[in-house]
Amino acid sequence: MKKSLIAALAMALALPAAAQTLINGAGATFPYPLYSKWFAEYNKLQPDLRFNYQSIGSGGGIQQITNGTVDFGATDAPMNAEETARLPGALHIPTVLGAVVAIHNTPVEGLKLTPALLADIFLGKVVRWDDPAIAKVNAGLKLPATAITVAHRSDGSGTTYIFTDYLAKVSPAWKEKVGAGKSVKWPVGLGGKGNEGVTGLVKQTPGAIGYVELAYANQNKLSMAALQNRDGVFVSPSLEATSAAAAGVPMPADFKVSLTDPSGKTAWPIASFTYLLVKKDQTDPRKGEALVRFLWWAVHDGQKLAAPLDYAPLPPAVVAQVEKAIRTITVQGKPVGLAAAR
Amino acid sequence: MPLPADILPAAAVSARRGGNRGDRLYHAALQLLGGAVLAVAGLVLLELADVAAPAARRLGLGFLWRNDWDPVSGAFGALPFVYGTLVTSAVAIALALPVSVGLALFLSEMGPRRLRPVVSFAIEVLAAIPSVVYGLWGLFVLVPVLRDWVQPALARALGFLPLFQGPPIGLGYLAAGVILAVMILPTVTSVTIEVLRTVPASLREASLALGATRWEAIRMAVLPFGRAGIVGAALLGLGRALGETMAVTMVIGNSPEIHASLFAPGYSLPAVIANEFAEATGEVHLGALAALGLVLFGITVLLNGAARLLVAAVARGSARSAR
Repeated sequence: MKKSLIAALAMALALPAAAQTLINGAGATFPYPLYSKWFAEYNKLQPDLRFNYQSIGSGGGIQQITNGTVDFGATDAPMNAEETARLPGALHIPTVLGAVVAIHNTPVEGLKLTPALLADIFLGKVVRWDDPAIAKVNAGLKLPATAITVAHRSDGSGTTYIFTDYLAKVSPAWKEKVGAGKSVKWPVGLGGKGNEGVTGLVKQTPGAIGYVELAYANQNKLSMAALQNRDGVFVSPSLEATSAAAAGVPMPADFKVSLTDPSGKTAWPIASFTYLLVKKDQTDPRKGEALVRFLWWAVHDGQKLAAPLDYAPLPPAVVAQVEKAIRTITVQGKPVGLAAAR
Repeated sequence: MPLPADILPAAAVSARRGGNRGDRLYHAALQLLGGAVLAVAGLVLLELADVAAPAARRLGLGFLWRNDWDPVSGAFGALPFVYGTLVTSAVAIALALPVSVGLALFLSEMGPRRLRPVVSFAIEVLAAIPSVVYGLWGLFVLVPVLRDWVQPALARALGFLPLFQGPPIGLGYLAAGVILAVMILPTVTSVTIEVLRTVPASLREASLALGATRWEAIRMAVLPFGRAGIVGAALLGLGRALGETMAVTMVIGNSPEIHASLFAPGYSLPAVIANEFAEATGEVHLGALAALGLVLFGITVLLNGAARLLVAAVARGSARSAR
């Protein structure tokens, strides 16, 4: 009696585990809404495959895949030399693009900024909205006679990394004084936690300027400044302009590239990939193959789900290159048979 | 919260010696639990010290008084955060203590009996509000009020003091201090009420019988008797203010600088740890954050030690004056 009970219990516990494959991942918070959508949609196609994703931040994602506690990681910034040394056999698979935009709290519609102006504002060199330098690029617009209050992220974040990486490229003074990083020493301004914190500061402070992710700004209908790109064109932030950024940068085979300040007339200058990190040789046959097939799906069918959630899809040229990268992933040394490229 | 040791019930003390087997077992179990608390505190310290070690090697003791925080170039100093933590907590106590004592007196001595449960319920509700809600309220309600009304008024009236100079931006030490004051108000008030309840009725009656007014009775009999307890209540509130994270980070401005003016943005120890820990790059940055945790730990220990000494000193003083 007792034995049969235990046997029944064991079967009840073992059955779902045998029928279902669970793939664990952890990392960046920025793509989390899209990834959960992907996992849910993919689960409809492959009911015996489930994903569990913890959005703990890029740094945590890199750490967890390095320690082998998850099957894939996710990060907004490519791994640095120190991190690569600890996890040599990892591939960066770009999934979508994100952009960072400058939001402001002024009555000005259609505010335009040049890279030099943006850097000078965040350096504390330009401190008033009616500064002649701002007036020069905004001819015909009425600028308020108020002081500029700078708002930035106080928490370490990929958004800050992309933004400061851009400023360091376009302003030698920024590069020398501040540099690029997930947390930096801001010359001026107030810090808010998260996109919502920065938005709160900007909304609460007349004359404030801050930076947030494009997706967040779109969803909350914040007023964004147009920015002059490398080709000298003033571009308004949009998903198309973000995708165009990835086409304007020579793409290395490992995708570890900064997309900020790209060339291209329509490119938004502050854009970046977000990546999934997977080990080049998968040890678990079932999980490994499932993961490879999912990645293939994500860069093809999955891309159609990106725009409705305010993520910029990968441009076709990059998808072709990512296909090659996915084909190099092996499961216990053997490649996975994938459908021909579409 | 330091409690006088001599209020342990006599039975608990006698159980320590001999007694029957059940008592001894019970005693051993309690010892284990008590030891576990110490062990946890010790483990926390060890683990923090372990994570902080790379930063300690790189930065040395100068970390404690350096006024710099630059994760990109790897320069880290604790001073702006220590300063911000202490200043905001001091503002909080300065604002909360008079209000709390007044409230406690009203509730235990003066107020209409029927109103008391209503007010004490309201105070308990204040204590139950999550700190992130306080932070949001601070950002969206308090900060605009401070910026548009309070700070200009303070600057006009007391602008000659360096404390109240500079542009009124709302966010900063003052906003964080006010939020903290509201947050610690329930703690300080309810402990003070309990303290006032221990004042013997005979003291009040005696002073009233001698012809004192209500206010004189409170000032000369009730408050001196409860002084030690009120100081303890204030320090309990201070302890909470030092460690508060979420509400402070939302209104303090998160800028690691030192300013004399309360209007300026600053930063606090718990806020920077919460902000930067998840995405700290490199072991020195991570270590510096852990070291800030150790500093906060140290401040709390120092404060609790000082609290015990202070309560003991005040208790001696009030015993003398009550005699």
